[in-house]
Amino acid sequence: MNTQTYQMLDPTGELAAERRTRRAPPASLEGATIGLMSISKERSREFLDTMERLLTGRGLKIERFEKPTHTKPAPEPVVQAIVERCDVVVVGLAD
Amino acid sequence: MELVAVVKRDCETCRLVEPVLAQIRARTPLALYSQDDPAFPETLGGSLDDTALARSWRLNIEIVPTLIRFEGDKEVARIAGWDRAEWERVAQHPKLGPGLPAFQPGCGSLTQDPGMPERLALAHGDLHLKSRRIDVADPEDAIEVAYDRGWSDGLPVVPPTPLRVAMMLSGTTRRPDEVIGLIPPNLSECTVEKAAANAVMAGCRPEYFPAVLAVIETALDPKFSMHGLLATLWFAGPVVIINGPIAKRIGMNSGGNAFGQGNRANATIGRALQLVIRNVGGGIPGGVDRAVFGNPGKYTFCFAEDESDPDWTPLNVARGFKSGTSTVTLFHGDGVQGIAAGRSRTPEGLARSLAMGLAAVCHPKLAEWSGAILAISPDHYAIFRSGGWRRAEIEAGLREALRRPGRDLVYGALGVEEGIDPARAEEMVDKFNPGTLLVVRAGGRGGLMSAVIGGWPAQRKKTEVQPVTREISP
Repeated sequence: MNTQTYQMLDPTGELAAERRTRRAPPASLEGATIGLMSISKERSREFLDTMERLLTGRGLKIERFEKPTHTKPAPEPVVQAIVERCDVVVVGLAD
Repeated sequence: MELVAVVKRDCETCRLVEPVLAQIRARTPLALYSQDDPAFPETLGGSLDDTALARSWRLNIEIVPTLIRFEGDKEVARIAGWDRAEWERVAQHPKLGPGLPAFQPGCGSLTQDPGMPERLALAHGDLHLKSRRIDVADPEDAIEVAYDRGWSDGLPVVPPTPLRVAMMLSGTTRRPDEVIGLIPPNLSECTVEKAAANAVMAGCRPEYFPAVLAVIETALDPKFSMHGLLATLWFAGPVVIINGPIAKRIGMNSGGNAFGQGNRANATIGRALQLVIRNVGGGIPGGVDRAVFGNPGKYTFCFAEDESDPDWTPLNVARGFKSGTSTVTLFHGDGVQGIAAGRSRTPEGLARSLAMGLAAVCHPKLAEWSGAILAISPDHYAIFRSGGWRRAEIEAGLREALRRPGRDLVYGALGVEEGIDPARAEEMVDKFNPGTLLVVRAGGRGGLMSAVIGGWPAQRKKTEVQPVTREISP
C-alpha cells in the first residue's frame, strides 16, 4: 500500500484565530440593566418600544441604543456603550 | 577562477559543446552539472548529479548549456546557449570549439518546466507559506477531508496542496503575506496566500487570480456592505461582472449561457469569493448567513459583459473607468428572471416591454427599493441599435417607462397591502434609485429575450449600500 502523505494548506482564517467564550447568561434579571438596540430596520423602534413598556412594567431598568443602519454591523462605540452600561442586551429586528 | 557549467543530455546544443567543455577542463577547474543524466557527457566521465535541480535553481539557470565564471564566491560572467566569442570571454580561453558553428541557441532548463519554479521555490525555502499544513494519509481522500473540515460549499473542492497554492500565487505580483482585508463576518485577516488557497479550491487557474483578488477587495469596500449581504434574509449574494481585456484573455463567457454552467473562469471566480467568505470569514448558512431561500448563484455568479459592439458603452466605462480597463463590478443580486419580448420592433416598444419585467423586481408595488441588473440579449440589442438607441437612450427609456403614479403603489392600492408610503400618492415615482439599475449586454443569439437579476432591498439605503466597481491590477 502506498503510504505517501499528501499535504493541504489550511484555507481558513487560522493564522489570525481568536477564541472567544460565550458569556454566561445572568441567573436572574433582578437589578439588571437591559439594553435594547434597534438595528434601524423599518418598525424596529416600534418593536423595541413595546419591549421597553413590557420590561419596565416588570420593574427592569432599560437603556436604548441604535445602530445607524441595518445593512452593516454596529459601530464599535455603540457596542462599547452597551458593554459599559448594560448586563443584558436585546437586539431588535422587526420588519 | 572557477567555471561552472550546467547541461542536460536531452539538448542538442549541450551535446554540441561536449568537446568545448573538454577543452576548458584541460586548463581550468570546471564544475559540470547535468540536469537529466549524470552519465552525460561520457567523454568527460560524466557530470555532477543535479537531477534534483538544486544547483540549477540556486544558479538561476533558465537555458542550458549555461557557463558561469566565479572569482571566489562571486559570479563575474555568464553565457547561456552556445556563442563562441562569449564562451571564450567567459572561460578566458581562446579558440574554443573549432569546427563548431559560431552560434547555436540553447534549450530550456528543466527548472523552467511548468510547475517546476514553484516546486523548487517551496523545496528550497524561497517561498514560505504560512498556513498550517494538514497531512492527509494516502489512500485517505483529500476531497473528503476537505468536506469533513467544512471547507466545501457542498460541491467538491480542489485540494489546496502547497504546490497548487504556490502556482496560484504565480498569477499575481503581490506577496503571499500581504493582507487584503478583514473578511466578514468574523473579520479575519485574509492574506494573498489564504485567497490563493481558496481560489485553488474553487478551481481557478493562476491567470484568474488577479480577478479573484479584485473581487475580494471589492466585496470588502464598505459601500458594498458584504457583511449585510451575507447576513440578509433575502435571496441575494454577490454577482460579479467582469469588463475589459482580461475577460477575453482568460476565456470568460459573455455569450450563450453566460449565466449558466460550462465556463471555468465564470464558474470559479465567483466561487472563490464565496469560499473566502466561508473559510476565512466564517460565513456559513444557518450561522450569520440567514437567507430564507438563498439562490443557486450563491455557489457562484460571475460573467463577462459582451463588449463586441464598439458603439456600446460598457458597464465599467459608464461607471467612470477608462475604456480598455479590466474591472470587476459587484452587485447584490438574486436569481435570473427571464423576460420574453418577441413582438417589439421599435426601441420605444421594447423599452416599455422590458420595463414591465423590471417592474416586478422585489415586488411590483415597491419602488426605489431593490436595484437590478438588466442583461440585454444580442437580438434585443439589435432592435435598440437599429433604432439609434445606445446606453444613454436605453437607460432613459427604461426610467421613463418605469415611472408609475404613486397612487397605484401606496399601501392598499389595487387591493394589495404591500406598497409605498401613502404620502407619495400624488407623485410620479421611479422604480429604481439612481445608479441601482445596471444595464449590461450579454447572452447568445437567437432569442428575443432579456434577463433581469433582481437586487437586494437594502439597496434602498442608497448612501449605505451600492454596487462597486474596481480595477483589476496584476
